[in-house]
Amino acid sequence: MQTIDELLREAPLFVALEPAQLELIAGCATNVHFEADHVLFREGDPADQFYLVRHGSIALETFAPARGHVLIETVEPGEVLGWSWLFPPYRWHFDARALTEIRATAFDGACLRGKCDDDPALGYALMTRFARVMIERLQWTRMRLLDVYGNVGAR
Amino acid sequence: MSALAEPSLAEATVPRPFAVAERRRETADTWTLELEPLGGPALTPLPGQFTMLYAFGIGEVPISVSGRNGERLVQTVRAVGAVTEAICASEPGAVLGVRGPFGNAWPLELAEGRDLVIVAGGIGLAPLHGALEHALNHRERYRGLTLLYGARTPADLLYRVELAELRERGGLQLEVTVDAADEQWRGHVGVVPKLVGRAGFDPRDAIALVVGPEIMMRYAIEALADRGIAADRMFVSMERNMRCGLGHCGHCQLGPTLICRDGPVYSAAAMAELMEVREL
Repeated sequence: MQTIDELLREAPLFVALEPAQLELIAGCATNVHFEADHVLFREGDPADQFYLVRHGSIALETFAPARGHVLIETVEPGEVLGWSWLFPPYRWHFDARALTEIRATAFDGACLRGKCDDDPALGYALMTRFARVMIERLQWTRMRLLDVYGNVGAR
Repeated sequence: MSALAEPSLAEATVPRPFAVAERRRETADTWTLELEPLGGPALTPLPGQFTMLYAFGIGEVPISVSGRNGERLVQTVRAVGAVTEAICASEPGAVLGVRGPFGNAWPLELAEGRDLVIVAGGIGLAPLHGALEHALNHRERYRGLTLLYGARTPADLLYRVELAELRERGGLQLEVTVDAADEQWRGHVGVVPKLVGRAGFDPRDAIALVVGPEIMMRYAIEALADRGIAADRMFVSMERNMRCGLGHCGHCQLGPTLICRDGPVYSAAAMAELMEVREL
């Protein structure tokens, strides 16, 4: 079984970080396991963690009156779940539910924020990595908004 | 694979009558037709080529060949206008005109001994279906075989029964995603380029074939390039207003190239700049 240090070294999110920085991050991380259907968090709950998914699929959902649970996106192995831990008011904007058995690494948001405040280089390195994740998700969302598969002639 | 199927002058200019032998509904607006020649030899198109399908008295449109079933030509058509609506409405026994096959083919020989990665969006799976079928029928020639397929909703997925069978059969890494899920959907939700990042293939020795709306193709190529596939090892199939099929009329001109004659299959390296020119 891999240690957290090893898992972090192999994670694309943390590519090119210094060993000392990885060590600091690892100090805020724990490995977690969830059964299918487990709710990792709900909209409005305190966002005190983020997850790096190693195995399984997580549904990012919201609840819409008259529609029930609406599946927005699935988060898969290698991907990051959650960035609300980065900014006040540190509350989740969506629900996250395990679609399958999940193995992930969970990171304590307050712990990481504290280390970033103490070490701006680490903060910058983490922030640029999360910015990249956010931009990628934004581009994908824009692509979905374009409805590229729609019937152009019918519009 | 056999040599590129080039039509005779008569096949290229005069529609040959083909009877609709079978018609299957794929989605709300998309049908797969099996067309049987009424006299004369069967057509032998290669994966990637297209024909001009003629609904008599209404008009003619370019449609990719999705495969062959014996002597029958298999073509998947989305009803988006008067001609394609007429073609999709053709019941078994109805007669359609066929010219072609036209254009070049997917470079499947180049993929032999390598990983073959097929990325399809929406109706874009139809022009890739023949290539997938060929790779599955000659599975030993390819190392890894991957199909990454995205559609708008689960109801918009083509060849659903076949894909389910392929998933069971093995030998193919198949990942399907939809932009918007319904309550029954248990697969990925998100855009198809997102699947590229975690698909299992060796980017240093892989060939990628990509078809979908041009925006989707641009994102998919970007994602494949991020994984490390070189631009001359990624191929796309382009679509413009093909009319004559022979490179004479100029309707399908895209910058310096005529898609019906030089394409529709191009390397991403050849298309990268042209796909970004708005005037084209």
